Amino acid sequence: MSVGIIMLVHTAFDRAEEVARHWAAAGCPVVFHVDKNVKDDAYYGFVKSMSDLPDTRFVKRHRCEWGTWGLVAATQAAAQTLLDDFPDVRHVYLTSGACLPLRPLQELFDYLDERPQTDFIESATTADVPWTIGGLDRERFLLRFPFSWRRQRMLFDIYVRFQRAVGYKRTIPNGVVPHMGSQWWCLTRQTLSAILEDPERKTYDRFFRKVWIPDESYFQTLSRLYSRQIESRSLTLSKFDYQGKPHMFYDDHLQLLRRSDCFVARKIWPFANRLYEAFLTDPDGAMKRTEPNPGKIDRIFAKAVDRRTRGRPGLYMQSRYPAEGRENGVTCAQYSIFEGFSDLFENFEPWLAKTTGARVHGHLFAPDRVEYSDGQTVMNGALSDSAKLRDYNKRAFLTSLIWNTRGERQCFQLGPMDEIEDIEWDIAKDPNAQISVITGAWAIGLFKSNRNFADIRKEAARLQQIESTHLNALRSEWAKARIRIWTMAEFIEAPMEPLQTIIDEIGRTRRKTLAEAPKMTDLKGFPQFLQSLKNQGMHPYLMGDFPIDPGKPDTQEPKPKPYLIK
Amino acid sequence: MFYVSFLTSYGMRWRRKYAKMRAYGKKYSMRSVSDNTSAIRSGDILLFSTFRNENIRLPYFLDYYRRLGVSHFLMVDNDSEDGGRPYLAQQPDVSLWTTRASYRRSRFGVDWLNFLQRQYGHGHWCLTVDPDELFVYPFCDTRPIRALTDWLDSSHVRSFGAMLLDMYPKGRIDAVPYRAGQDPIEIAAWFDPGNYVIDRNPSYWNLWIQGGPRSRMFFRDLPKKAPALNKIPLVKWDKRYAYVSSTHTLLPRGLNLTYDQWGGEKASGVLLHTKFLSTFGEKAEEELTRKQHYAGSVEYKAYAEKIQKDPDLWCNWSEKYINWRQLEILGLMSKGNWA
Repeated sequence: MSVGIIMLVHTAFDRAEEVARHWAAAGCPVVFHVDKNVKDDAYYGFVKSMSDLPDTRFVKRHRCEWGTWGLVAATQAAAQTLLDDFPDVRHVYLTSGACLPLRPLQELFDYLDERPQTDFIESATTADVPWTIGGLDRERFLLRFPFSWRRQRMLFDIYVRFQRAVGYKRTIPNGVVPHMGSQWWCLTRQTLSAILEDPERKTYDRFFRKVWIPDESYFQTLSRLYSRQIESRSLTLSKFDYQGKPHMFYDDHLQLLRRSDCFVARKIWPFANRLYEAFLTDPDGAMKRTEPNPGKIDRIFAKAVDRRTRGRPGLYMQSRYPAEGRENGVTCAQYSIFEGFSDLFENFEPWLAKTTGARVHGHLFAPDRVEYSDGQTVMNGALSDSAKLRDYNKRAFLTSLIWNTRGERQCFQLGPMDEIEDIEWDIAKDPNAQISVITGAWAIGLFKSNRNFADIRKEAARLQQIESTHLNALRSEWAKARIRIWTMAEFIEAPMEPLQTIIDEIGRTRRKTLAEAPKMTDLKGFPQFLQSLKNQGMHPYLMGDFPIDPGKPDTQEPKPKPYLIK
Repeated sequence: MFYVSFLTSYGMRWRRKYAKMRAYGKKYSMRSVSDNTSAIRSGDILLFSTFRNENIRLPYFLDYYRRLGVSHFLMVDNDSEDGGRPYLAQQPDVSLWTTRASYRRSRFGVDWLNFLQRQYGHGHWCLTVDPDELFVYPFCDTRPIRALTDWLDSSHVRSFGAMLLDMYPKGRIDAVPYRAGQDPIEIAAWFDPGNYVIDRNPSYWNLWIQGGPRSRMFFRDLPKKAPALNKIPLVKWDKRYAYVSSTHTLLPRGLNLTYDQWGGEKASGVLLHTKFLSTFGEKAEEELTRKQHYAGSVEYKAYAEKIQKDPDLWCNWSEKYINWRQLEILGLMSKGNWA
C-alpha cells in the first residue's frame, strides 16, 4: 500500500483502535506513538488489542506536552519506523487518535496516486499568518522557551519579557525561513526521508527543541528545503478556537462534516457514536456524499470565536457583563430621543409614528410610570411599566428595551421633569442615541398649567436647573451620541428644516419632503409669561430670546443653523 | 491597594473555612437511608439535591437527569411526609440521606450539600439543583452533559453558570393539575424573555441577577427584595470548595467568574424553574407556616397575597418555551466558544 499512517495517541484507546482497524482494513500500515504520560497498564492493553494486525508498529514513547518538543520527537520516531519497515509506502499521513476519516479511503488513495510528488502540508511564513497565541509570532523562533506555557505560565511570561528586555535573539541555523502551519500533514517518502536523514538534522533539532510549539513549525519549515511540490494546505479538517485549542466535533456535526472537502477530521469527541458509525461503516452504505461546502464549516467556527471574544453588542446577560468601556456598544441598535418636542407640538407622537414608522413612546422616564407607546402596561421582553422597577436599574431598563425590540426603531420623549439624573450620561455617551433637544420647551407646560404663579416660578427654576445640567452632559467632550440642540426661540422660527433633518437621519422611509407638519401648540401670551417669570426675579434663559411683542417673525435674518456635536 | 486585596482574600479564606466547618457540623444531623455511593466511578457526573415533599416531581426529575447522563444522585430529604423517601430509596442510582433538622439553620440546605460534596464530589463534575429546576445548556438536545464537562475540562474551566428562568402557565397557576412523571414544561411553558437586571457583587465577584415574573408581579414596589436568579449549578468539585448561599455564590471567588468582562460571551445555560405549577399554592402555604425560607420567607408572603387575588403570571409579552436555541437567540444564555 502506498499510504502509511502515523497515529499519535494519548487517550480514548477504543476509538483509536477502531480508526486504526479502519485504516488497516484498507491495507495501510499504522505506526503508533503512545504518550509516555499514559499509564503502563493502559498502554500494554492497547498494544495487546492491536496485536492481531500484522502491519502495525509501536515506537518508543515520548512525553508529549502541548507546545513542546516531545510531539516532534514522537513523530520523527514513528516516521522513521514507518519508512524503514514499509518500503512500499509513498505518502505518510500524520494523524492522531481523535482523527476520523470522512471519505472512503479509496478516494484518498486515488487522490494521492494522482499526485505522487506532492506534499500536503500547511506552511506559511510567520508574517502571513494571523494565529498568534500569546502575542508571539516571529518571536517564537527567536526566543528560548524552556518553561511550560500551561503549567509554568508565570515563569514563561517572565522569561519572555526578560529576553525581550536584554534584546536576546537566537540565530536561525543555515538561514532557513521559519514556516508555520497545521501539525497534521501528509508528506512524500522523498521529502520526509530527506528531513530525517539530513546531515544537519542535529543542528535543526537543537534549534527547534527550544522553539515554542515546534510541532507546528518543524516539518513545516524543513519540508520547504526538500519538497519538489508543496501544496500548502492540510488534508485534515481541524478548527481552532481563540485560545488555539482544537474544536471538538460531535454527533450533531454529522451533516456539516459531510460537506467538508477534507479527507480526515479532528478532533472527534470519543463518545460521538453516530459520527464513528456513519464514517467508519461500509462506504457504499452510510456515506451519503454531499457537495463539499467547507465555507459553511469555516463560518460556524469563526462565529464561535467572534461570539466568545466580541459577543453580541448591547446584550447584558449572565455570561456577558462587560466592564464600562468594554461594551462594544452600550445598546444594540439606534434609537431617538426627543426633548421638548411633545411640549411644543400637540400631536407630536402620533405624527412621528406615522412619518417614520418607528415605535414612539411617551416619557419612558416619567416619575410615576413608564409611558410605553399606546398606553401599554407591559412592553417587549415583558418589561414592566413600574417606575420603581425601572429606577432600580435605569441603564438595564434602557438596554433591555433596545435589545428586546431589535429590528424596530425606538423613539421616546425626555425632559427635565423626568427621572433623568442616573441615565443622562449613559445616553449621552451612547453612539446609538440620536438626541434632539428644544431647550426651554418645558416652560410651555407650566405656561398652560393652572397653578399658582409662585409654584410655577419655583418649578421653572428647578426644571431650568436640571436641563442646564443635562445640557452640560450633552455638550461634554465624552458625549458620543448624535446630538442636536436648539433653543425654543430658534426652533419655532423655522421648525420644518430641523424636523426634516431628524426624520431623514432616522431614515426608515425613503427620503422625501415632509408632507405634513405636526401641529404647533398656541404660544400666544408665552412671551408675556416669560416676562412675568423675569419680573418675579427668575431668569428663564434656555428658551432663547422671545421679544415681548413678537409681531411677525423677521424673515430677513439668517436662519439659525442647528449644531451637531460629533 | 495590595493590603486591601490581601485582607479581603484572607477574609474570604476564613469565610470558606467557616462554610466547610458548618457543613462538617451538619454531618450528625443527617441519617443515611440508602447508600449506593460505592457505585460511583471516577469520571461520573453527580447530582446533589435537597428536597421536602416533592414526591410528585421526583419521577420526572430523575428521568430528565438520567437522560442527560447524570450517573448518580445524592439527595437529602428534609423530613418529607409524602412518600418521596421510600420512592427514592428504591432507586439503584440514588443515595439518600434524611434529616429533621431545620432547613433555615442549615442555611437552606447548603450545609448538608456542602458536606456531601466534600465527601463524594471531589474530582467529579457536580450538578447541584432543586427538584423543580431543569438544567438546559447549549446543545443539550444533541449532546449529553458529558460532552459539556469534557469541553469545560479541555478549556480549563471549573464552573458553569446557569441562570434561573421562572416558568409559568398561561392562566391560573392551579388551572391544570400536574401529574407525577409529566414534563412540567408542558404546563408551565412560558417565561419572561427580557426584563432582567444585573449587578456585580464586589466582594464575591458573582453577578446578581433579578427580574422575571416574580419581580414584575410580586416585587413591583420592592425591586431590591426580588429573589436572585444567578446560579452556578455545575462545578468540577474540589474538597476545598464550598457553596456560600444556595448555589448563587461559591468560594473560592474565582469560581464565580462565569461571565466575561471584556465584551465577549462565555458559555452558559439556564435552569428552567418550574415552581409555578398547581402544586404551588399548597407549598406556599406550608412554607409560610414553617418560616424556613430566606429573609423570613418574605418571598412567600408576597406570593400568598398576590396569588389570592390574581394568580396569572402570564402577560402579552410572555414567550413560549421551544428549546435552548430560542433562549440563546433571546440572549438569556450563550454558546460562548462552544460550537
